[in-house]
Amino acid sequence: MKKLSALPKPAKILIWFLIALFAYALPLLELPILSTPDSDFASVLFTVSIYCLVALGLNIVVGYAGLLDLGYVGFYAIGAYTVAILTSFHGSWPLLLAIPVAVVVAMISGVILGAPTLRVRGDYLAIVTLGFGEIIRLVAVNTEWLGGNKGINNIGRPPNLGDEKTGLFEVPHLFWGDGTVLLDNKDTTKFLIFGYSDAVPYYWMGLTAVVLVLLADILIKNSRVGRAWEATREDEDAAELMGVPTFKFKLLAFSTGAFVGGLAGALFASRQSFINPQSFLLLFSILYLAAVVVGGQGNRWGVLLGAFLVAYLPERFRGFEDFRVLAFGLALVLLATLRPEGLLPPRRTVRAKQLEHELDELEEGAEPDHDGEETARA
Amino acid sequence: MNLNFEFFFNNLPELTITGLAFGAIYALIALGYTMVYGVLQLINFAHSEVFMYGTFAMLWTIMALGAADANGVHLVAILIAALFAAMAMSAVIALGLERIAYRPLIKRNAPRLIALISAIGASFVLAELMGLRDKISGWFGLDDDLSDYVQKAKINNSMAGVLEKPRFEIAGVSISSIDVIVIVSAVAMMVLLDQFVRRSRLGKGIRATAQDPETASLMGVNPTRTIQMTFLIGGLMAGVAAFLYMLKLDATNYQVGFLLGVKAFTAAVLGGIGNLRGALLGGLVLGVAENWGQAILGSEWRDVIAFVLLVLILLVRPTGLLGESLGKARA
Repeated sequence: MKKLSALPKPAKILIWFLIALFAYALPLLELPILSTPDSDFASVLFTVSIYCLVALGLNIVVGYAGLLDLGYVGFYAIGAYTVAILTSFHGSWPLLLAIPVAVVVAMISGVILGAPTLRVRGDYLAIVTLGFGEIIRLVAVNTEWLGGNKGINNIGRPPNLGDEKTGLFEVPHLFWGDGTVLLDNKDTTKFLIFGYSDAVPYYWMGLTAVVLVLLADILIKNSRVGRAWEATREDEDAAELMGVPTFKFKLLAFSTGAFVGGLAGALFASRQSFINPQSFLLLFSILYLAAVVVGGQGNRWGVLLGAFLVAYLPERFRGFEDFRVLAFGLALVLLATLRPEGLLPPRRTVRAKQLEHELDELEEGAEPDHDGEETARA
Repeated sequence: MNLNFEFFFNNLPELTITGLAFGAIYALIALGYTMVYGVLQLINFAHSEVFMYGTFAMLWTIMALGAADANGVHLVAILIAALFAAMAMSAVIALGLERIAYRPLIKRNAPRLIALISAIGASFVLAELMGLRDKISGWFGLDDDLSDYVQKAKINNSMAGVLEKPRFEIAGVSISSIDVIVIVSAVAMMVLLDQFVRRSRLGKGIRATAQDPETASLMGVNPTRTIQMTFLIGGLMAGVAAFLYMLKLDATNYQVGFLLGVKAFTAAVLGGIGNLRGALLGGLVLGVAENWGQAILGSEWRDVIAFVLLVLILLVRPTGLLGESLGKARA
């Protein structure tokens, strides 16, 4: 990382551009080890991108502002249901108009939930949000107006670019033979046709959303708002004394998180074209939280890594069908034990740990074997 | 949604008693959450699986000892054996959890959220192990041997019809004897535990550790042992809850713990987490409110009621109904 930040600016931009290009081209490359043999790779990548979005959003709530949210799937559901209702069940809006509405509705519901509950601290907040997530799902199950248990289908798709049959142009996939790589002209992705079978355009859509949210995340984190969030997380009372209106900032974090969650839900609904309450179980809230914590809460790259692992690994090892949840559980326990700060902890946490360690050594004297030598020499 | 007040008022006593029975079971499970939270400030997410293993231990014991053909003293003996089996199973699982999923983290002073993740992982592992028990025992060639004594249990995870459940009437109100047994024994266990924590040496140690772990350890309380004891007690209570739950509902499956765990944790929060009497009160309130609400709104709204109640109470009393922590409880 140090080397990367020492590079001149054009080189940095080039590197980021290459990384982005690779990410966009990933479903076309069909790399042999990375690809999922038992399910459509582009669909898996789309799921990964949705998990990344959700994890980025939840990271603002949990990682930056330190609010434990166990009902994040509720906002995701609100986004998905708003799109479903507007484009199919009770209206026929175009998707591009429905998504902003869905996002705003999710955000408003974040404010409505946050305003009374954010005064509650710590684990109480966790259980209140958990309750909220379940209430949303159960209301969807029990309300005919929301499609009940059967759910809603024929949800609107994004608009196509170019001709139905070919799109603007066709992009061939790669084919990996025995040691040779060929362009496969039969297996192409039409640019940009949002059809039923080809998930690649949806993945591009999801990835674009991830990139946009990521950029916004970087801007917010380095602003006054980001610093206020971190101050609130580290010590609420001290932050309040220093003039940070903690409640307002917590509410802001909550609604920003809801915004991103709603966006993810809206994109998910448009790809699936069908949703029912089963897509919004409490289990998903837990999986999202796992993605954030496993990756390293507070570090956006860590969180993306966590989201990738949580979404990708179960699909990659679909062959072990029955044992995937078991293996996932084992992995969580192992990760928690071996890397309690997450796979990629934020730099500040690492620095704080080091400082703490040094302070401890200063206070109590380091271990005798090398400290003894030092004092002898002195 | 149509409100059914007539049914509600006509059956108020019965609804209350059934609600209390469910509430008593919630309360017993809630104890495990509340005690661990009091001592470690940590949501023991896997506690629901401790309960779930207890239900299976109860079921297998009943099946293995042939309760279907027993009656009188023999039946009572079998039930007592099942109770002990459930308690033992739950206690072993709870202790194992502490050893594997928590102690390494506590030793390293890991962030609390990561302990929650570890607990969630452990919960998945435990539930899946039970769900895959046939496959796993098949690997060791045990399938046939095991099936001899859990055959009936394996088919539908149920012991329906094994026990008679007589009902009796008091002042025109029909009461199930099982409900009475459940409520009385749950409350008795809670009172016993409350007294144990208040009066015994170990209980004092637990309260001291909850209040201030460092000072407690300086005063000669072994923190590891205390934490173990907390998990052990939580496990034993979950075992009792599992026994009573099976008496009442007859059937279990490997995912039964999840919703019950969430409800029990809700009960613990409702009463004030870390507070033993709060767990009892929270459980009973939750059980009754659920049953009443279900009668009025229809059974599909049952779970919604539980969570709405929780949110409402926390808004008015942000630390739960009784709101006192384990450490601060008066001696």
